[in-house]
Amino acid sequence: MRVEVDTDRCCGAGMCALTAPAVFDQDEQAGTVLLLTPEPVASEFAAVREAAQLCPAAAITVEESS
Amino acid sequence: MTISLPNALPTTRPTGCPFDPPAELGRLRETEPVARMRYPDGHLGWVVTGHALARQILADPRFSSRGELRHVPIDVDRFKGKALPPVPRGMFIQMDPPEHTHYRRLLTGQFTVRRMNQLIPRIEQIAEEHLDAMARKGPPAELVHDYALAIPSLVICELLGVPYAERAVFHERTKLMLNLERGDEEVMAAFGEIMAYLGELIERKRAEPADDLLSGLVTGGELDHEELVSFALLLLTAGHETTANMLALGAFALLENPDQLKAFTGDPELVEPAVEELLRYLTITHFGLQRIALEDVEIAGIAIAKGECLQLHTPAANRDPAKFPHPDQLDLGRHASGHLAFGHGVHQCLGQQLARVEMRIGYRKLFQRFPTLRLAVPADEVPMRTKMGIYGVHSLPVTWES
Ligand code: SF4
Repeated sequence: MRVEVDTDRCCGAGMCALTAPAVFDQDEQAGTVLLLTPEPVASEFAAVREAAQLCPAAAITVEESS
Repeated sequence: MTISLPNALPTTRPTGCPFDPPAELGRLRETEPVARMRYPDGHLGWVVTGHALARQILADPRFSSRGELRHVPIDVDRFKGKALPPVPRGMFIQMDPPEHTHYRRLLTGQFTVRRMNQLIPRIEQIAEEHLDAMARKGPPAELVHDYALAIPSLVICELLGVPYAERAVFHERTKLMLNLERGDEEVMAAFGEIMAYLGELIERKRAEPADDLLSGLVTGGELDHEELVSFALLLLTAGHETTANMLALGAFALLENPDQLKAFTGDPELVEPAVEELLRYLTITHFGLQRIALEDVEIAGIAIAKGECLQLHTPAANRDPAKFPHPDQLDLGRHASGHLAFGHGVHQCLGQQLARVEMRIGYRKLFQRFPTLRLAVPADEVPMRTKMGIYGVHSLPVTWES
């Protein structure tokens, strides 16, 4: 799995950091998304998919590798 | 063309089900999740009750949040025959990107998950102090005044740097402003008073900046006086009425569902999903949210014309069985994520992580401290806020074995 974030779209609602804290954090100043690990471990896949789905600004894209 | 709601958005809740959205809207969702609605000013727009559609529209930039394009969806004397007032500068919930983005970005760093978690010890302390005071006075108590309104008010006051002793100014005025039965003159007067108070508060911050959010915005220099007042108004009003009503209405819902309450008090792990489920089940934005088509758009095969208003009824959408099976059951064990209680899209509630922390602490501490808590009046005598923009209870008399 590969994850990408678009900080321009991010509205700082924090759903990503709440849902998959091992993969996403928020910038201390701006509050926008910080991607901690673009290639998360398999145990995080479900949480990452949910975070991408919950993100209100569609700022997270997940590419599932086959 | 059939107009499914020919007069206005219904606001009365079914008798005996104070937690359920208006019954007409539930029925409409089954047959016509996007339906024609005549707004009280004559505008022919839409009402959306399906979850997937509401979510899709909230995320679509072709639908605007601009205040001056809105039409009032409810039949209230106060708004009759009047144009909506212009949107004050800085009132970014009624703006679209890029203006909205510019303003919101000045705040996002203040409401991150991490920052809100840092507030946990202080919020726990506030909750405990109020529960102690309730215990000292002995049963009965009035939960809105003694607990539910006190916690978020104190928290938002401390965060913004508003002296808590001055809370009466905005408590009473915002309550009046949200009351749909009040006359226009009275509401405008209350609004003027609140604006004057906030204007003066900002001057005080300018003269003596402290370590708080408003001082930070004042000294940051990015906002002028009018914008600062709008920000203060938004944060202060959004910060107390909403969470206060969730806390009180949520406590009422738990007391009315004893098996759920038992599960909640028995399992500390249940706190997080319970808060999401209460948010879904209660969705206190009484009329939902509104968006306006900026161009002709087709949604679910239906042509929406430029300028038409869509009332996205989030309380009904959060009861959509296609998204949440058995939606009318309060089920704390379910996975309720994806609800629209905080909205969706770029306007999704900025304070939601603060609200979550306050609710997790608020419900847990309340039922820990008073395991025998129960209503002090019959459930159907609890005065419901059906005539307010934010749904909830006006008061919640409770008692316990002391
Ligand atoms: S959920 Fe989306 S909008 Fe919210 S902080 Fe994360 S990336 Fe940004």
